[in-house]
Amino acid sequence: MKIAICVKQVPDSWAEKKMVNGVLDRESVDAVLNDLDEYAIEEALRVVEPLNEGKETPEHTITLISMGPDRATEAIRKGLSMGADSGVLVTDPALAGSDAIATSKVLSEVIRAGGFDLVFCGTESTDARMSVIPAMLAERLGWAQLTFAGSVKVDASNSVVEIARMTESGVETMSAKFPCVVSVIEKINEPRYPSFKGIMAAKKKVIENKSLADFGISAAEVGATGAWSVVADAQARPPRDKGVKIEDSGEAGAKLADYLAEKRLV
Amino acid sequence: MSNVLILADHDSGKVAKTAAELATLGKRASSVNAVILSAPGQSDALAAQLANTEVEKVLSVESDDFAKHGIAAMVDALSQIVATTNPVAVLIPSTARGKEIAGRLAVRIGGGVITDAVDVASNLQTTQSVFGGSFTVTASVKTGTPVITVRPSAVEASSTSNSPTVEKLSISIADSAKLVTISESKPAVKGGRPELTEAKIVISGGRGTNGDFSQVEAMADLLGAAVGASRAATDAGWYPHTHQVGQTGKTVSPQLYVACGISGAIQHRAGMQTSKTIVAINKDPEAPIFDLADFGVVGDLFAVLPQAREAIAAKRS
Ligand SMILES: Cc1cc2nc3c(=O)[nH]c(=O)nc-3n(C[C@H](O)[C@H](O)[C@H](O)COP(=O)(O)OP(=O)(O)OC[C@H]3O[C@@H](n4cnc5c(N)ncnc54)[C@H](O)[C@@H]3O)c2cc1C
Ligand SMILES: Nc1ncnc2c1ncn2[C@@H]1O[C@H](COP(=O)(O)O)[C@@H](O)[C@H]1O
Repeated sequence: MKIAICVKQVPDSWAEKKMVNGVLDRESVDAVLNDLDEYAIEEALRVVEPLNEGKETPEHTITLISMGPDRATEAIRKGLSMGADSGVLVTDPALAGSDAIATSKVLSEVIRAGGFDLVFCGTESTDARMSVIPAMLAERLGWAQLTFAGSVKVDASNSVVEIARMTESGVETMSAKFPCVVSVIEKINEPRYPSFKGIMAAKKKVIENKSLADFGISAAEVGATGAWSVVADAQARPPRDKGVKIEDSGEAGAKLADYLAEKRLV
Repeated sequence: MSNVLILADHDSGKVAKTAAELATLGKRASSVNAVILSAPGQSDALAAQLANTEVEKVLSVESDDFAKHGIAAMVDALSQIVATTNPVAVLIPSTARGKEIAGRLAVRIGGGVITDAVDVASNLQTTQSVFGGSFTVTASVKTGTPVITVRPSAVEASSTSNSPTVEKLSISIADSAKLVTISESKPAVKGGRPELTEAKIVISGGRGTNGDFSQVEAMADLLGAAVGASRAATDAGWYPHTHQVGQTGKTVSPQLYVACGISGAIQHRAGMQTSKTIVAINKDPEAPIFDLADFGVVGDLFAVLPQAREAIAAKRS
């Protein structure tokens, strides 16, 4: 079984984000592995580890796939130190400013070329927050879509995956034959911290660097020029007016009630 | 004739409030056709609920495949409807399912996709609130039919005295859209309180409740509010995860948000910081939630909430 995991490098979600000329200023903030993708890595590791146990060379492998700038290597390296086997990074000057349509196109070509059985994703990248890439990958690849999984059961011998899809509308049990695109929610597990051994091992693991040409994608299809949607304008929201802060010395509840009444909220 | 296509979401026999909201936005650009994808025998009752909205025509497709195969089947039906009706845009509710439908549909029909719009203008330019509300972005689709998802409650639905015509379409779902089989479906349990994303007031509890939501709920019930929770509270199993507010929960933008025993981590703020008025009750004067609060109380929620409730009740009588 070959599993691919799509991982993205994103600005640290704890950092204040800025926009310059309608695009996110990625230079000014630390870049990290999208924390929601760590859950996908953890879940895939939990699928393959018992199956590989006792085997000299692992029969079931995990490849991390990312599209992004050179420094996205760091995000892949982190995933490798958690235990994934190898990585593929698609970097190309033409990719700057790509929308979800282009991103899904590139990732789907990498997946197609790699001969994978399963793709794992996070449910959302913490910068774009679209939650569309996994569904778009299923569409482009013509694979089964098993997304927003709160639990995943992989039956490798029968090539079947069953998940519990957990969203605001409830819980659905669904299953499909390989190949499938799976996305996992952050309730599914507790991602491991890379061990010292894992970090050392990751240094020797291979990250392939690929360009658009390797997948026969033309520059015109991606990036800002190929984007199917355009940002006209981005404005920082005016800062909130400074509020009132009171210390409770026995009458704060009543004062709160006065405040709400004054604002006609109660 | 030019038209905007909206997807009318429904659950347990009830059309979602988002349908009338999408119709209101769609009407700014063109006349509105609403698609209802339902189980056999359900569409008439659902279509009737679109009376007095801006929907001009209901296009209904009845099939067991939607419940059985989910999103891929819905996208297959929608793409066939887009091909025959040639809309100027497709509007879909910004729910987990809606966004996934939108992404797939956009790829299928070759149109650009914009998610989480809070407004759509008559020229189909969208407004989005990004990075937890710290930026407002206007954008538009420049290639193909725009597919736009709109946040629930982003706009007030207008009403008209209109009763839409209903057209039943016979559409067959391709086998390639039946790769997934849904064996069981448990809809989220709805309590008596308003829906989080629809409520005008949200009272939320965090780790500071220590598992006791009774004060939070009592305040919510007094104000007719929805109850929210931080991830710390949902992870601990104190409140259902469907009530989680934040980056990996729901985004809410009510008139009033009251955070009780919530520190205000960035992931929580991402889901509530566009609320009109924010009140925070927290024992720790340094809690980051106070940076956002219009009215902050440094105090114990178990003392402040009951007193506030009493005082509000007294004002009303
Ligand atoms: C990938 C990822 C996604 C996440 N997504 C979300 C999300 O969607 N939503 C979300 O909320 N979080 C999310 N988080 C978690 C987030 O980082 C915080 O851990 C979480 O919001 C903390 O919840 P809390 O404020 O209830 O708890 P804490 O941070 O522990 O704060 C509790 C607060 O209660 C106060 N308190 C204690 N007792 C009382 C009392 N009696 N009266 C008044 N105040 C009291 C304390 O002073 C403290 O400030 C996410 C984290 C990650 C890594
Ligand atoms: N540039 C990218 N490279 C690799 N994976 C990505 C990229 N963008 C998105 N993904 C994957 O798609 C998921 C959803 O992202 P999004 O649709 O952008 O919110 C993420 O959790 C990742 O697994």
